[in-house]
Amino acid sequence: MNEFVMPKLGSDMTAGTLVSWRKKPNEAVHRGDIMAEVDTDKGVIDIEAFQEGILDKILIEPGAHVPVGTTLAMIRADGEVSAESGSSVKAKTLPVASQPVEPQTQESDANKPPLIELSLQDLRRLKISPSARMLARQLGVDPRQVKGTGRDGAITRDDIDKAGRATSPPAKKSAPPKAPASISTPGPAAETPRPVVDALDRAARMRQAIAAAMARSNREIPHYYLSTTIDLHRAMDWLTEQNEQRGVTDRLLYGVLLLKAVALALRESPELNAFWQNDQAELQDDIHLGVAVSLRGGGLIAPAIHHADLKSLDELMRDLRDLVKRVRSGGLKSSELSDPTVTVTNLGEQGVEGVFGVINPPQVAIVGFGKVGERPWVVDGQVMPRPVICASLAADHRATDGHLGGIFLTNLGRILQEPELL
Amino acid sequence: MTDMEIRTAVLQVLQEIAPEADLAELDASARIRDQLDIDSMDFLNFIIGLHKSLGVEIPERDYPKLTTLNECTRYLTNSLQNK
Repeated sequence: MNEFVMPKLGSDMTAGTLVSWRKKPNEAVHRGDIMAEVDTDKGVIDIEAFQEGILDKILIEPGAHVPVGTTLAMIRADGEVSAESGSSVKAKTLPVASQPVEPQTQESDANKPPLIELSLQDLRRLKISPSARMLARQLGVDPRQVKGTGRDGAITRDDIDKAGRATSPPAKKSAPPKAPASISTPGPAAETPRPVVDALDRAARMRQAIAAAMARSNREIPHYYLSTTIDLHRAMDWLTEQNEQRGVTDRLLYGVLLLKAVALALRESPELNAFWQNDQAELQDDIHLGVAVSLRGGGLIAPAIHHADLKSLDELMRDLRDLVKRVRSGGLKSSELSDPTVTVTNLGEQGVEGVFGVINPPQVAIVGFGKVGERPWVVDGQVMPRPVICASLAADHRATDGHLGGIFLTNLGRILQEPELL
Repeated sequence: MTDMEIRTAVLQVLQEIAPEADLAELDASARIRDQLDIDSMDFLNFIIGLHKSLGVEIPERDYPKLTTLNECTRYLTNSLQNK
């Protein structure tokens, strides 16, 4: 029997809210299957299985907020006897900072979505005060279904409170955390309140997660910074020519050439493709590039494009488009968040010349790109206009030295001179 | 297709790319990129969206002719007429 636990998605994740199960008991589980959806600082993430077997028993029900490492379900090997028929399996719940969670029998209707998600637009339209918003989150009330009785139809705390009593009777005990006393009166049915996630709350939590990770990075990692300016005229000419021949849907972005070049350069400097763990650099076999994607509401996520060095430009383009879409609209997978080996950040779109990155631990390097700009460039004694880009490396001095970092950037520049080989 | 229909189609594609944006407040004569904070991936998806909804194939060299909503409408009107 194997435990399926709440995974740690990123170095500073401590807990997550189970949103829904995507597998039923006695259903076959294969490595990479989506088991469940979990709400985290980075949005709702699809959690993959990393073992084979049969889903034996679900221990944690949707709506529960549990710490990393909590057993969510048991997976039995093929041929193993179900725990239901023999000795009982006990959920291993770690000491928690949040509310205690008990497995609950759930008969809640499958037709209503388990997660209430409110966009910035919803919040703007609804005229809801911050305290009413917070109460809605605590009670699992969807404010879109509530008629406001306040000024200009604004939704008040009272409105939310009433709606909360009407729709779902309060949980039998301990109710939602920090809920006002008025609603924790004993009620008939036990039901976990539906998780409510609103865009402002999500943005605030993401900010906190970024703050924790970056503060740790700056505190613990002795960064060194290197940069070089790379002539991109061959790469850009090649790309223009390629895109002339390609239909709208098959076109490439220059950012994809940069990603592939970084991945190939990392092959030659494997020391940068590592995690700093247990006071040493542990080299990673595979090159999974974390691609920093900013969110319009603020914040960013840097999920992985796996095996970037082994993929063609077309595959990378497809993966990148898919990834950006999922960062913005949901559906990121747990493996994409937990295992990028080096992060690439391209801030050229904002018009800046260069980037001085902050490493995302436990990684030991981050590669930054500025904008592609036309500059006077000396070629064979002649001044020519050339598109150039500033590539930078911020690396962990515990793991590598500037000499090695310099070689990496030089190789990156060399690789970008031969776009047809990417 | 009338100008109005083309404009509506353009706005629809933009809304898909920037679902959180309030397009009623979009200034039709100012750069879309700046107003909606869209990057080159979003822009490519915009071009692909226009291709899907209007059937126009926009070459990369014409991207600079599509920076504002007014320009988009003008450009697409022309290319639909010449089709």
